[in-house]
Amino acid sequence: MTDKLISLAQAAALVPDGATISFGGFTTQRHPMAFVYELIRLRRERLYLFGHSGGSDWDILIGAGCVKRVETAYVADEAFGTIGPRWRLAVQRSEIEWEDYSNFAMVTRFTAGAMGVPFLPVRSLLGSDVLAKEALTPEQRAADPRTAVKKAHVMASPFDPQDQIVLLPAIHTEFAVLHVQKATPSGIVRIEGQDFADFQQGLCADVLIVCAEEIVPDEELRQDAERNRLPYFAVRHVCHVPYGAHPFAVYRYYDYDPWQLKRYHDSAEDENTFRSYLDAYVYGVPDHAAYLEAIGGAERLSALRADPLLGYSPTLRRRRLE
Amino acid sequence: MADYTLTELMAVAAAREIRDGEVVFAGTGLPMLGAMLAQHTHAPACCLIFEAGAMASQLAHLPMSVGDPRTMRGAATAAGLSEIFAFVLQSGRVDVGFISGAQIDRFGNINSTSIGADHRHPQVRFSGSGGAADIACLARRTVVIAQHEKRRFPEHVDYITSPGWLQGADSRRQAGLRWGGPSVVVTTKAVLRFHLDSKAMFLASYHPGLSAQSVLDDTGFPLDTADAVETLPPTPQELRILREDVDPERIFLR
Repeated sequence: MTDKLISLAQAAALVPDGATISFGGFTTQRHPMAFVYELIRLRRERLYLFGHSGGSDWDILIGAGCVKRVETAYVADEAFGTIGPRWRLAVQRSEIEWEDYSNFAMVTRFTAGAMGVPFLPVRSLLGSDVLAKEALTPEQRAADPRTAVKKAHVMASPFDPQDQIVLLPAIHTEFAVLHVQKATPSGIVRIEGQDFADFQQGLCADVLIVCAEEIVPDEELRQDAERNRLPYFAVRHVCHVPYGAHPFAVYRYYDYDPWQLKRYHDSAEDENTFRSYLDAYVYGVPDHAAYLEAIGGAERLSALRADPLLGYSPTLRRRRLE
Repeated sequence: MADYTLTELMAVAAAREIRDGEVVFAGTGLPMLGAMLAQHTHAPACCLIFEAGAMASQLAHLPMSVGDPRTMRGAATAAGLSEIFAFVLQSGRVDVGFISGAQIDRFGNINSTSIGADHRHPQVRFSGSGGAADIACLARRTVVIAQHEKRRFPEHVDYITSPGWLQGADSRRQAGLRWGGPSVVVTTKAVLRFHLDSKAMFLASYHPGLSAQSVLDDTGFPLDTADAVETLPPTPQELRILREDVDPERIFLR
């Protein structure tokens, strides 16, 4: 089978300014952070992001000025930071264009895209302003043909006129980037633990790039094939990126990094300290290996190492950090 | 001086809303404290599910995210958002869901999107719905957690992220939501419920040390206080379990 392995730098360079893209993961878990940092280093502009529960993968990209438009349900690191600081400021200052959905709505939209149908119905959102109000203006929608002509459409079921249903437009992106536990050079992918919406996001993209903690031989993942949901031929490129989701958690590999997340959130509220953070951890380091040294190297990474039975670090200190 | 904190009182009040055997859609923070406490006390057979994909978790360490690897501990099933939202929540299999937000009105409609009259130019932006709008629409009932301040309890919220009883009476059903709705609001000052017919919020209990009037003073709309009593304080057993078993690391307990 074809060898799809390329370097992280080669993969990130494929994404042009203005591209539509979605990242796998969920708030503080399994975002392709090494890839995100590389996009910032390349000073990409006008990116158009689709997501459901972004964390500071989105927040740092927005803060670095790489993003023009987003469609999303949530941007925050949950208990590590209940609102993405750069996201909040960018919206309040009208520096980005956005549209609000719910998590179920966004996952449904990715599912429609992955299935190749133009829309799918849900029972959610009725009575909410998520349904009643559009954040994007009609002019903004018309200005980019990649944005759906309308946010959602309410109709009666053709099979029961009493039954109201909400139709949601499919998402199609030029790129999707996932960070997973294991992949083969041919593109067989093994996600361990919760798979979030990685499967759906991966399948509605033209170019699916998979970053993996470990590259393993085909024979290994062909065992237990029921655990490999993504068709390998849908994967265009594979990158070997150990610790590539740091500061976020990868089940069975490493935990989230409470010190680095605190440092991010302490920095991101203010313009100058946010710039210093970018200089220290993104612009000022040439690649992910140098980033891992900058965040504390082997000593920090060993503190995050997952317990083999639990899949996370049971002794990790998560509050009152100095 | 009480021998418990406000967070502990609220966690206990939230836990008491969970019945044994129920499927519980838990969120980060107080809902997790409440759900874990319920599991350790009166509701050992309740099933905790998390929107990022874990079902029937047997938590040993408090998660800081609903996608936290800690939600995998003892889980019966690991899936993804689609399985949880479409096949469990939308199909009506969730008994109780927890939600919170920055503003709540008298019919339990919740705003976790933004503050300001013009939603396209908000004064303050929040995280956004996440799964809250979906839980509010599709759980069989919801438990709301809220900070009780006058500005957070306005006549009308600036943006309905999570629909409650909408305009009251049967307006929720008229909007096409076939079941569900908020059953209780646990706040930093009180426990509030909803009248059966009008669906207007009323004061069920005020926390120890407060009065019905002091709760009214911090609420931006009228409240029926006729049946209000004092909130039952935590028992020593509930406090011990909260502190020793549920959150020994003091992740959320204050």
